[in-house]
Amino acid sequence: MTHHATLPMPGPAQWGAEEPPPVNRRPDGGHGGLLPRLMPAHPGPVDLTEHVERFGAPPYRGAPRRLIGDVEAAGLTGRGGAAFPTYRKLAAMAAGRGPAPVVIGNGAEGEPASSKDKALLWFSPHLVLDGLQVAAEAVGSATVGLYIHRNPRLQERLEVAIAQRAAAGLDAAPVELTEAPHRFLAGEESALASRVSGGPALPRFKPPRASQRGVAGRRTLVQNVETLAHLALIARYGPGWFRSAGTPDEPGSMLATLHQADGRTGVVETTLGTPVADLLRLPAQAVLVGGYHGAWLPGAQAELLPLANAALRPLGAAVGAGVLAALPADRCGLAETARVVRYLALESAGQCGPCFNGLPRMAGALAELAGPWPRPQAQADLERWSGLVAGRGACHHPDGTVRLVRSALQVFAAEIDQHAHGHCTGTSGRPFLPLPAEPPLDDTDWR
Amino acid sequence: MSKKLRVNPIDCAGHGVCAELLPELITLDEWGYPLLPAGPVPHRLERQARRAVTDCPALALALADAS
Repeated sequence: MTHHATLPMPGPAQWGAEEPPPVNRRPDGGHGGLLPRLMPAHPGPVDLTEHVERFGAPPYRGAPRRLIGDVEAAGLTGRGGAAFPTYRKLAAMAAGRGPAPVVIGNGAEGEPASSKDKALLWFSPHLVLDGLQVAAEAVGSATVGLYIHRNPRLQERLEVAIAQRAAAGLDAAPVELTEAPHRFLAGEESALASRVSGGPALPRFKPPRASQRGVAGRRTLVQNVETLAHLALIARYGPGWFRSAGTPDEPGSMLATLHQADGRTGVVETTLGTPVADLLRLPAQAVLVGGYHGAWLPGAQAELLPLANAALRPLGAAVGAGVLAALPADRCGLAETARVVRYLALESAGQCGPCFNGLPRMAGALAELAGPWPRPQAQADLERWSGLVAGRGACHHPDGTVRLVRSALQVFAAEIDQHAHGHCTGTSGRPFLPLPAEPPLDDTDWR
Repeated sequence: MSKKLRVNPIDCAGHGVCAELLPELITLDEWGYPLLPAGPVPHRLERQARRAVTDCPALALALADAS
């Protein structure tokens, strides 16, 4: 049995950078009260009083490492996109030698199509902050931080929450907030480590990884804020409870950001394994899975799939950070992808030659394919450049961009044929996929 | 232990010296950045590979243990 959120979705379709994102709440725990786990069941955020009434004090285990076995048994994976087993990061960090590590909660959600981390921090900040504390205890750390995109309203709320917890004596380690610039790559692990160390939020060459040498040169555990919130609940209710949602291979609930073909968007708490067709109103021409480093799937194929890596990975897609977008029938998938790839090219840190040179050219070729009568050479160029940039960056920005481009060339192959004859099936030129209203300020805006 | 060539793409400025010193293994892409072989450096070319590493003006090239 799967548990999923019900539609329709309340809330405004769009929200400003400082507004809380809309969240879909299940009115009653219609599926045995299993969901929501992370999000409040009522409108409005959970304050410290309500949080402590419902959950009690942070579930410390009294000593390092004690939590890690439960996290392994729970099968929790990172909710920032990579789906890496959380216990392995915790265990490696706890076993490492040298000075105590740093623990940073990563709430820098640079992906314009994703709002779930902002929603979680807005509505359930104390689960994230509990998770930070128990993660720090598990790896023997007393240096803890939270990294979020610049957003005065959210930041103010979090500062209040952190101060209240400190006053109540709930936090074993004080939490320091660090602002991330509004850049797509600001949440990349090495960029985070650089920014929290006082430098620019630019990706670094690996090795060393942040886990080896991160914030201020110290070993650093970076966990997505949603992962931390799950951790806080696993520490309280145990692995059996965690596994009562989701699939045996991909247990638990997850937050997803949905973009419906009718333009409505919102954050929903669902379970891994939920049919895509239960989350998106289908049919759709195509479905973008996993965000702007993700992949397009034909609508007819996506309709039959669950939101699970076991089903998506063989198709070159992945759950990622839980972005699903249903492309309306009246839009051109090539034009949509070209807009996004242009954005991704502008968001290149510009540090690595292949990415710096390749992405703008790829964006240009895709823009040509999105228009009438593209030269056949445009597609050949695009395919060659895709091969040239993949795997050649210090971070995965070129790889993710190539994934999106290649999936577009496949899924919209018939549309490319139409364009070659001067036709386009898209009847609306109105942009569908969300992009920041303002372009990045300039190359120096990385702090 | 066989060795593998690795480039730090942030440090690499596309001078192209490596491709001149080690044309058997390194070519340049259309923007002047090196394309490295995926496999290990053959023993007979290790000396040249070391030279490419030490002569890189950006100190961006390295020989790492192939694992």
